[in-house]
Amino acid sequence: MPKNESIKKILVIGSGPIVIGQAAEFDYSGTQACQSLKEEGYSVVLANSNPATIMTDHTVADKVYMEPLTVKFLTKIIKKERPDALLATLGGQTGLNLAIELDKAGVLEQYDVKLLGSSLDAIQKAEDRELFRDLMDELNEPVPASDIVNNVESAVDFATKIGYPVIVRPAFTLGGTGGGMCDNEEELRIIVKNGLALSPANQCLIEKSIAGFKEIEYEVIRDSKDQAIAVCNMENIDPVGIHTGDAIVVAPSMTLTDYEYHMLRDVSLKIIRALKIEGGCNVQLALDPHSFQYYIIEVNPRVSRSSALASKATGYPIAKIAAKIAVGLTLDEIKNPMIETETAFFEPTLDYVVTKIPRFPFDKFVTGDRILGTQMKATGEIMSLGRNFEESFLKGIRSLEIGNGDFYLKHVSEEETDQLLYRLEKADDERIFVLGELLRRGMTEEEIHNITKIDPLFINKLNNIIQLELQLVNNKNDQKLLKKAKENGFSDMQIARAWETNETEVYNLRLKLDLMPVYKEVDTSAGTTSATTPYYYSTYEKNCEVIVNDTEKVLVLGSGPIRIGQGIEFDYATVHSVLALQEMGYEAIIMNNNPETVSTDFAMSDKLYFEPLSLEDVMHVINKEKPLGVIVQFGGQTAINLAEGLEERGVKILGTSLEAINRAEDRHKFEALLEELDLKRPRGKAVTKAEEAIKIASEIGYPVLVRPSYVIGGSRMEIVHEESELRTYIDKYPVINEGEPLLIDQYVTGIEVDVDAISDGKTTIVPGIMEHIERSGVHSGDSIAVYPPQRLSEDVKEELFETTDKIAKALNVIGLINIQFIIQGTDVYVIEVNPRASRTIPFLSKITSVTMANLATKSIMGQDLSELGFKSGIVEEHEDVFVKIPVFSFEKLRSVDTTLGPEMKSTGEAIGYDKTLEKALYKGLIASGIDIPHEGAILLTVADKDKEEASYVAQRFQNLGFDLLATEGTAKYLNEKGLPVTEVAKIGAEEPNVLSVIKNGDVQFVINTLTSGTQPRSDGFRIRREAVEHATISLTNLDTAHAILNVIDLTTFSANPVKYKGVGRYDS
Amino acid sequence: MNKWQLVLEDGTVFIGDHFGSDIVKYGEVIFNVNMTGYQEMITDPSNFNQIIVSTYPVIGNYGFNSDDSEAIEPSINGLVVREINHEPSNFRSEESLSSYLKAFKIPGISGIDTRELIKVLRQKGTMRGAIASMDLSPEVIVNRLKNNHPSDDEVSHASIAKPYIIPGSGDRVVVINLGMKQSILKELTERKCHVTVVPYDYTAEQIMRFKPKGIIVSNGPGSPFALKNTIETLKQLMDKTAILSIGLGHLLFALANDLEVERTKYGNHNASYPVKQLESGVSYLTNQNSHYIVNRKSVDQSNIEITYEGLNDQTVQGLALSNKNLMSVQFNPEGSPGTNEANFVFDDFLNSISKN
Ligand SMILES: Nc1ncnc2c1ncn2[C@@H]1O[C@H](COP(=O)(O)OP(=O)(O)O)[C@@H](O)[C@H]1O
Ligand SMILES: Nc1ncnc2c1ncn2[C@@H]1O[C@H](COP(=O)(O)OP(=O)(O)O)[C@@H](O)[C@H]1O
Ligand SMILES: [Mg+2]
Ligand SMILES: [Mg+2]
Repeated sequence: MPKNESIKKILVIGSGPIVIGQAAEFDYSGTQACQSLKEEGYSVVLANSNPATIMTDHTVADKVYMEPLTVKFLTKIIKKERPDALLATLGGQTGLNLAIELDKAGVLEQYDVKLLGSSLDAIQKAEDRELFRDLMDELNEPVPASDIVNNVESAVDFATKIGYPVIVRPAFTLGGTGGGMCDNEEELRIIVKNGLALSPANQCLIEKSIAGFKEIEYEVIRDSKDQAIAVCNMENIDPVGIHTGDAIVVAPSMTLTDYEYHMLRDVSLKIIRALKIEGGCNVQLALDPHSFQYYIIEVNPRVSRSSALASKATGYPIAKIAAKIAVGLTLDEIKNPMIETETAFFEPTLDYVVTKIPRFPFDKFVTGDRILGTQMKATGEIMSLGRNFEESFLKGIRSLEIGNGDFYLKHVSEEETDQLLYRLEKADDERIFVLGELLRRGMTEEEIHNITKIDPLFINKLNNIIQLELQLVNNKNDQKLLKKAKENGFSDMQIARAWETNETEVYNLRLKLDLMPVYKEVDTSAGTTSATTPYYYSTYEKNCEVIVNDTEKVLVLGSGPIRIGQGIEFDYATVHSVLALQEMGYEAIIMNNNPETVSTDFAMSDKLYFEPLSLEDVMHVINKEKPLGVIVQFGGQTAINLAEGLEERGVKILGTSLEAINRAEDRHKFEALLEELDLKRPRGKAVTKAEEAIKIASEIGYPVLVRPSYVIGGSRMEIVHEESELRTYIDKYPVINEGEPLLIDQYVTGIEVDVDAISDGKTTIVPGIMEHIERSGVHSGDSIAVYPPQRLSEDVKEELFETTDKIAKALNVIGLINIQFIIQGTDVYVIEVNPRASRTIPFLSKITSVTMANLATKSIMGQDLSELGFKSGIVEEHEDVFVKIPVFSFEKLRSVDTTLGPEMKSTGEAIGYDKTLEKALYKGLIASGIDIPHEGAILLTVADKDKEEASYVAQRFQNLGFDLLATEGTAKYLNEKGLPVTEVAKIGAEEPNVLSVIKNGDVQFVINTLTSGTQPRSDGFRIRREAVEHATISLTNLDTAHAILNVIDLTTFSANPVKYKGVGRYDS
Repeated sequence: MNKWQLVLEDGTVFIGDHFGSDIVKYGEVIFNVNMTGYQEMITDPSNFNQIIVSTYPVIGNYGFNSDDSEAIEPSINGLVVREINHEPSNFRSEESLSSYLKAFKIPGISGIDTRELIKVLRQKGTMRGAIASMDLSPEVIVNRLKNNHPSDDEVSHASIAKPYIIPGSGDRVVVINLGMKQSILKELTERKCHVTVVPYDYTAEQIMRFKPKGIIVSNGPGSPFALKNTIETLKQLMDKTAILSIGLGHLLFALANDLEVERTKYGNHNASYPVKQLESGVSYLTNQNSHYIVNRKSVDQSNIEITYEGLNDQTVQGLALSNKNLMSVQFNPEGSPGTNEANFVFDDFLNSISKN
């Protein structure tokens, strides 16, 4: 069917800020969709509040609105743009929900906007549990038995009827809070009682547990002619019970017979046909390992994380095709993007094994609840390809960048077997390493299967790895074994550990033996058609398929899996570097392993190597391609960390030199640099003894900032206000006792500022300065940042520029540099220099129109910035105000403390912009998911040191008509200040108490600042968590509170002329 | 591990590890792109005497069971894989693939760069080859490959010696077994047909004695040109009753109608091959397993209608003489391995005969 000519303009909704469960994959699919629609000649209007994305570049859509993704703002956009159609199936759950809401609000009808892709009916049938169940009944397809209960007895009755174990899911709690698996009545009673209490609707869903079944997914596509295909199926190594986003997955399935494969494929196609979806759809199924019994777990009537994975795994670009289908084209008339002469109506065939491994944030959230379950916790993932499972899996393990790139974690190897057995059963984020260690200790495959229910096939293959490792241990320097190990994916690191030597030795031996990998193409046809794609993976075989031509090439290293502190921003920079290289006529080669991103779209670069970013793997590509050099600036810490090893092996690092990188990253060299340049930095010292720490801290003067010297990214960094806190810290992280130095720095209070610059060694351009709302002490990634700065004098700005220029020149920065400053009065302190792309690059590039990564790449490749028409200095400020608001995923991460501090916790960001700061903040806060209440009550419970400041905040809230509630100490203080405050009882006291007022929705804001010691289970912690679980705004920083107050202030006056209305049962 | 070799007719040698039986075997080397379904493929009589290269790299994962075979015994002469899994896992698995192949005297070779091998086959076209131990020199093997031409009587081996009946309450159907897959029978019995399966060399007269409402000419191995007698039989039957021909049957049907049939360079062995039904304009994925194709020009010049064509290459995928209730398809509508989404072909046929 030809494409729909009656529509001209299409509104595409993106997925907004990145949170756990909704990440970079939607930038990839959204970007593809926009491009695909433009290709067909449509005019594309894009709405997405996430400034870090490629899709919000002005080149991707015809018009980009980085406005909040709410009905209100979308209606404004629709009113202004008058699109003929809306495509919402590429913006994740956010996109779908908005489509439903826009329809409910009558907006689609009013403005005659046609919904493309999935109909509202389909969306509702897939999303609403009841409707979904009805549809499955109609189709005669089984779903696990379930029932909604509102008391414990009915739960017990129902569970008795369907049999244990059952899963409890409290209704309307965020992220499934309070749910869980019950093996017997006793457990059920406890969990349901708790769940009912947590549920605002006093409801729980009781569902038959099918944990232990195989979890299988199909990515299916259907068109308007009812033609449908299954692009790919995937099998989770972790059986049902662990969220598919947290599971290790292989594609295609490995344990299914042809009969089973097609049985489930047919079901999936039947469902997409029944839902009449025109586009992509994801079907999750559970299959009994002992029979043909299966259940439908869930259907997502849209592209998803899994479809991004499937696209990268097969080479079939699902989002691109889905977008074309949405405008009426059919599979048999859409061209196959890989094979010129064929159409998109086919199912790819793979001749490799794909592994996906999730990446978890628990290296940052050490106190978080690490046990995996039905709620997703991973922030990112990697994909790896190999010609057998072992190779694919081990490549995946080293792509994760945890430990040493080896299927082994030292701390796991030091644990007692009993402890490991416990962890194996409970399944935490390190389970696969635990499993490996237990195999190493001689546990049988069967025992492991009995505990984990992981299919024996996978356990056997993991055991192959361990057995081979043990063989290596017993046969040092055996060349035959070395070959076998490489064929099975072993890293040099793992071999070196077995041989008690080092990585370089193994690498050199392999050089001597010419034991090097070859590269194979990903081509959708297993080599049986003449597709030529620029998409490669390594393996140890005979025939190499890469054709190396003699154009000048540059290798750009990507940033690997998304984790807290290293997000999609780095993919943005990577992609722009590649585009700049191509613009300059170089062959741009990219190496990365993150399946969610735009950078791993094979259409993006001249060549894509889907490979681990380990020294060994990068060297292999370099040996093959012989590029002019490597660009490490854009791939975050991942790429920067590789620079040293690469240079040691004779590779040219393009741009800023390794030496300069070291001068910025090595504490001693950095101190010397600042000394030399006569720049101020907070006083500090590295100490190796507890008593020395106490001494130094009191010399510097409290508060001080402490952190272990070896961790990067602010991990375990804390502000310590007094000696007792310091002692607690030392006890909690006994780094000193383990012989690692502890860094103690003076804590400088002031305005924190981020400066990003591009330099070619001569000209230094600062496109913009970003000032943080929160004073120093909140990680730059977690604070609200404002452009242009609002509180800095011209002198200070000038000094910031001068300092940046000085540092850039001293380091001879060629490319990007990011410097963080604290401004205290008129003093400017340098706290950190990152000689690489920072998190703020996409944000700044978009709002200042200085294409930073592009210019940086040009200067890296030797162009003079002055010749490109730039001169040193700060680029003239924009007249509007732009804010960057961090977004957290706390509701997904139980037991993680929400207090903002020097350690980064956010997963994403939203943008807000307008004429004034308050308006920009208003939009930004809404875009970040904070629905600012204009009336109600506020609960305060603050540390002594903050009481005075908090009283001003309280006063302002009170002036705006909010009721004040506070815990004992705070209430007393506020009372003394003459503020009318209701005291609420402590945790554990009879209700109403501090937790129950949050639970019952009696307060709209919770303001809580950290007491001492940051013990994870303190009362403050529980209050903060309670607020998160009940979606109550929880502020842990008084600067943020003031900013929000400004917004309320402004919007209250404009929207409702001062009108006081008391609420709640406390103002009797 | 025991090193073995795969030697191709042109002298190309691939060295790998041995599994299965240690009897040296020769055969046409064919590549197959299905990611699942090795059991069906190994037992599909259409693959008689062939050495199969699997493109999916890890084969044997779910073992071998007694339900999924397409014939009582396997038909292939050898299996070439990147990796063989000796420790299968599936609730129906009864033995490992290797042990099954060993029991039926079929050699296998693993550790082969199958992608490279496929490139060779694609470039040079299908060749004969042998899976052999390292004791035999490649020259000797190549000589044998060149001198011993295989007989073209595959069908006589793949077919049956005596007819048999599977009773059903529906229409009476005769299946001419040229190397029939069990899945065809399954499709028919699911539709309640009363099925009589006859050997490939049954005469028209013998067949008509069963008073069939329709005849199905099955898939099978080898060259259609070798089956002169069966073509004659088909010619005679065409005026007497409705016929649905599948795979090799389709090629014979074309020859019986004086159409041209040609051999392709490396065949089509793919369980998800897109085919368009011309009447509806809708495409389906089909299972293909053949080395020959009907020449499209010859059809255009005839009075025979093309009902299906290859979506990408417009090859002839289905023929019909509707006034006579005669139809044929190049693909295997029963799937196995692969999708059976085109199995409505059986419904179309059975509907057309029950109208009479
Ligand atoms: N009845 C059940 N018993 C056990 N585990 C289940 C059940 N239903 C779902 N799960 C597990 O929970 C995970 C998440 O459930 P799902 O319905 O897919 O929610 P989401 O929308 O978060 O993806 C699944 O991937 C599966 O592993
Ligand atoms: N000396 C200091 N005084 C006050 N705050 C500081 C100091 N050093 C760091 N911080 C705070 O800690 C945060 C993280 O520190 P930083 O050194 O930038 O680590 P990262 O490598 O994680 O960016 C900063 O954004 C800042 O808010
Ligand atoms: Mg799900
Ligand atoms: Mg920093």
